[in-house]
Amino acid sequence: MATTTTTTTATTTTTMKGGKVTGLGEVTGVAEANGVATPHVLAVDDSSVDRALIAGVLRSSKYRVTAVDSGKKALELLDLEPNVNMIITDYCMPEMTGYDLLKKVKESSELREIPVAIMSSEKVKAREDSCMKEGAVAFLKKPVQRNEVWSLCHRWLR
Amino acid sequence: MEVSRLQRRFFKIFGGVDGKGFLDAQFTELQHLQDENNPNFVSEVVSLFFEDSERLLNELSRTLDQQIVDFRKVDAHVHQLKGSSASIGAQRVKNVCLAFRSCCDENNLEGCLGCLQQVRQECYLVKNKLDALFRLEQQILAAGGAVPIMSKD
Repeated sequence: MATTTTTTTATTTTTMKGGKVTGLGEVTGVAEANGVATPHVLAVDDSSVDRALIAGVLRSSKYRVTAVDSGKKALELLDLEPNVNMIITDYCMPEMTGYDLLKKVKESSELREIPVAIMSSEKVKAREDSCMKEGAVAFLKKPVQRNEVWSLCHRWLR
Repeated sequence: MEVSRLQRRFFKIFGGVDGKGFLDAQFTELQHLQDENNPNFVSEVVSLFFEDSERLLNELSRTLDQQIVDFRKVDAHVHQLKGSSASIGAQRVKNVCLAFRSCCDENNLEGCLGCLQQVRQECYLVKNKLDALFRLEQQILAAGGAVPIMSKD
């Protein structure tokens, strides 16, 4: 099986490189298998633990994952890397919340088609409603479970 | 024989009488994400948690030591610690964080200081528990056995 592994460099503080947490700011995955591009998921969370966890879940499903620690870095990456197929972001982050990031993505003509899922440690109805109204495809309670993420990705990444 | 003995010890530390609820089903989720491509996933995520918790505990100590305590700042740090402890299944740490947040809501300095002491202790205890588990894992693997994956029930 022909595969291509690419390195996505982002100014992150947590990495998963070939399955190993290195702290160097890169996430790799198999970019292609048999000439078919692997879906690329951008994970956004200011918690290094939660970034590692969501990256681990996504990698176990063989997706290519890039993890960044802020909404600002997510937008910088989206500017550089056009082929992001899904964004999974924490809600509660300093400076730019996941909701703010969601709004920015949905306001952009280049980015608005990318499905965005929100993760939150608190399932507050008002928070969930506002995210879904803004166009989020899911609102997941943290810690996220494998089966929830798999269902989500299976639905939105074909 | 040796493998069975080690695996029994593993179960005892993880979830038996000795377990005392240190780790919940979320830890099992981490174990399920560990495979031949990511053989050290659990220990790596746990290491991140202890780096993070040390930083947060130091921040909490500093913040609570101020002349005028900013309880919103304290709460923000506790919220982070609660989140990351929940993510690795450190349920006793998480539970103390819940109580800690209540003290923050009440601007209860004495309560917060008590909770800080308690959460430090719980982090120390779960670290010891996990260190023992990881040592046992290595012994089980060296003896040719497989690391037990705990049931989520």
